[in-house]
Amino acid sequence: MIEVITALLLIVGSFFMVVAALGIIRMPDLLLRMSCSTKAGTISLGALLLALAIYFWEFGIAARAAATICFVLLTAPIASHRIGRIAYLVRVPLWRGTIKDELQDVYPPDACSPFGQVCVIPSMDGAETGLEERE
Amino acid sequence: MIQNVATYFVYPMLSLALILGFVRLVKGPTLPDRIVAFDIIASASAGVIVTAAIVMDRPVLLDVASVWAIISFLGVIALAYYIEKWRGQP
Repeated sequence: MIEVITALLLIVGSFFMVVAALGIIRMPDLLLRMSCSTKAGTISLGALLLALAIYFWEFGIAARAAATICFVLLTAPIASHRIGRIAYLVRVPLWRGTIKDELQDVYPPDACSPFGQVCVIPSMDGAETGLEERE
Repeated sequence: MIQNVATYFVYPMLSLALILGFVRLVKGPTLPDRIVAFDIIASASAGVIVTAAIVMDRPVLLDVASVWAIISFLGVIALAYYIEKWRGQP
């Protein structure tokens, strides 16, 4: 019984990981991609850790697994918010199918440079900035 | 049964997720895209470590996975801070 539950949770976790990676590949926009990666961190890693806690079924291991799940649940939104905010401030191009941009008039044009930085996206040499064209 | 499920389903799926994340890491047009790819690669490799802990029957590997999650969070925060304080030629 425990083996069946563990196998099911492992399958669910790895399946959601692959779905999130597919979203990373297929989504047209940074912010949409970021929503996929957050789901990977929380749902998939949570299911795998729950499988581990159920499989061993001891107090110490379950406590450590629960602590790790809580840590992931707490830190995934923080990291995602951090990336999303700074990506919006350095003007990463949005998808052209974007309907609503609520923050359009909130930030002044030099909001990303309170200390005199340059408001551009850091890119590696030879890498193209901007989105690939999608229909 | 756990061995078969892990060998024929879980490890291939996690490897596929790692490969797709690496494709985005190479291809991603801007640096924030690469940070997102790094995030999902860290999640998938933590999943590989947890699965290995179940398959090899070594619960000690759970500590490795939790430290791995902490390190990946710090890496994402550090890279976002780097973009925020970045100055130079585009």
